[in-house]
Amino acid sequence: MSKPSCSKNGWPQGLDDYSHRAEITNVYALTATEKLYQIQIIDPVARRNFLFRAGQFVMLEVPGIGEAPFSISSSPSRRGDIELCIRAVGTMTNFLGRLERGVMVGISGPFGTCFPVEDMVGEDVLLLAGGLGIVPLRAPIMTVLENRSRYGRVDIIYGARRPSELLFGYQHAMWRQFDVGLEVIVDEGEEGWQGPVGLITDILGQRLGQGERCQFVDKTNAIVCGPPVMFKYVCDMLIKAGLPMEKIFVSLERRMHCGQGKCCRCNIGSTYTCVDGPVFDYWSVLNLKEAI
Amino acid sequence: MIFKVFAAQELGRLFELLAVNMIVGPVKKGGAADGRVLYDFAPVYDLADLCLDFDQTIHSAKKYLLPYVEETCSFKLEEVGWEKEVDYGGNQPLVLFGLHACDINALNKLDKVLLAQPYPNQFYGAKRAGIFIVGHSCQPTPACFCHAMGTDSVLHGCDLFLTPLGDDYFVEIMSSRAFHILENLNLREPGRDDHRRFQGVVEQRKSLFTAEVDTSDLTKILDMEFDSAVWAQWGDRCLSCGTCAQVCPTCYCYGVEEVVAMDMKGADKFRQLYSCNLLDFAQVAGGHNFRPESRSRLKYRYYHKHRGFVEAFEEALCVGCGRCGTNCLADITVPEVIASVRRGEVDDV
Repeated sequence: MSKPSCSKNGWPQGLDDYSHRAEITNVYALTATEKLYQIQIIDPVARRNFLFRAGQFVMLEVPGIGEAPFSISSSPSRRGDIELCIRAVGTMTNFLGRLERGVMVGISGPFGTCFPVEDMVGEDVLLLAGGLGIVPLRAPIMTVLENRSRYGRVDIIYGARRPSELLFGYQHAMWRQFDVGLEVIVDEGEEGWQGPVGLITDILGQRLGQGERCQFVDKTNAIVCGPPVMFKYVCDMLIKAGLPMEKIFVSLERRMHCGQGKCCRCNIGSTYTCVDGPVFDYWSVLNLKEAI
Repeated sequence: MIFKVFAAQELGRLFELLAVNMIVGPVKKGGAADGRVLYDFAPVYDLADLCLDFDQTIHSAKKYLLPYVEETCSFKLEEVGWEKEVDYGGNQPLVLFGLHACDINALNKLDKVLLAQPYPNQFYGAKRAGIFIVGHSCQPTPACFCHAMGTDSVLHGCDLFLTPLGDDYFVEIMSSRAFHILENLNLREPGRDDHRRFQGVVEQRKSLFTAEVDTSDLTKILDMEFDSAVWAQWGDRCLSCGTCAQVCPTCYCYGVEEVVAMDMKGADKFRQLYSCNLLDFAQVAGGHNFRPESRSRLKYRYYHKHRGFVEAFEEALCVGCGRCGTNCLADITVPEVIASVRRGEVDDV
């Protein structure tokens, strides 16, 4: 009575491979190297069910070219109509730079942890972005602005290399209208630039020096995103000013091939950036070797 | 657990019963420079080719569940848009015959990370569901340290486990599938004498382990010794070739590549196993490499296996099979690296 096969019930073939078909509906050139891609998930049900939280990322796939992780830069309330801001640096992103609207791509996700903006309700929020760091920060900014009355003081400090590299400049005036303290600083001024020139830490120092903030420092949440070198200086200043480490959030990035905690490429010693991150509180970061 | 005993000549009958499926087992693959016979897992069509007395295979049986290169999907590219085809495979059942405890435990560890997590790896799961495993007890080699990693015996993860007792086989039955197949053999209940013979084999095997690895408090010690000079010394010896990951039964890191067909009408997506020791493992677009030196890559290999995985799953991602050390071109072995980290210095070899 030997059985014809040793197979168990087998593996269901129809299972989700976690990916959605999507269409690039619009492409806007923001600067010489960065473009904003509006991407819509085709299937209306999948689009409606595409629930993500600020700080999460998707894997964007261009069939035949590659797949790479990108932070979602739009508001979670827009669900499956997402916006990705992408700088052309590698093979895939340079290819994306040549695409126009109407192109079909694949979206899998959302993956990773989020900025816990819901937990910050009733408290102050300080958002610090350096360079491309404004991209993942735009999602929590949008969420906070959509629920502006539920938060205390909201400040955005945004540093870039040059004025021509500033992203989302067209929205800065709108952010200010929502009673947000927005400060923009650049490393090198250009013709016509009237704002401050220097480092993001200069502005942060001034802000932290103001007495009114220091009184409520344990009711302040900081969200930090930028180049690796920025994290350490900025987070050190925030901790010195008295912010609890559990209220300082950073978004890290590593090479990724899956986004699902399988390929190990984003491993930081004990932790997968894709599953346990990309958003970490600073206490977790301190416990990770060579995270920043 | 259900134990039975059958006479050694019954093994051929078991092989026959299982041979309605593809059988993969240890076979002779050639000889090493020092005269050792080299074994590897390969399809077996005749019981005579099956070398159940093998010491260690070059590669583990991992390659039948996580192929080195695997097509994950193919695209039909059209004027506008594309069609995607995904085939998880695993339609053909497979019998892995003669796996040692280390390799079975390695698959159990892979199950934890690849299946028992959000987003299970469908390709691995499909193959795993169709696999029947016959375990076989082993004689430790000087490179083996599975006893130190707690992977020297099998509690689950295979269908049946064989231990030769002279003219008999002592069999541990671990699945109903195995139970039904074994019903076709002349089995007998083990007596007290069989139990004593089994324990004798266990004792004799225990006495053969020579390599020692002290894993007590290893996660903490690895954290303390993160900046130790030891890593630089091992790193300078490491050739960053990735051999260790290729032969490792638990390494599962991979990279993904997409290839467009010559006629531009299709594209295939491949997943290829990778190694954290390879230069571009953590290099991102734009050229920044998070681990540019071989010392930091080698160190991360140990951090992932002996610290990170322990933190996540309360066991190390190492089964002590010793393959990485045996095959390392620079003679870097796990027992030596861990001992040197604990000591804080490298013995000159």
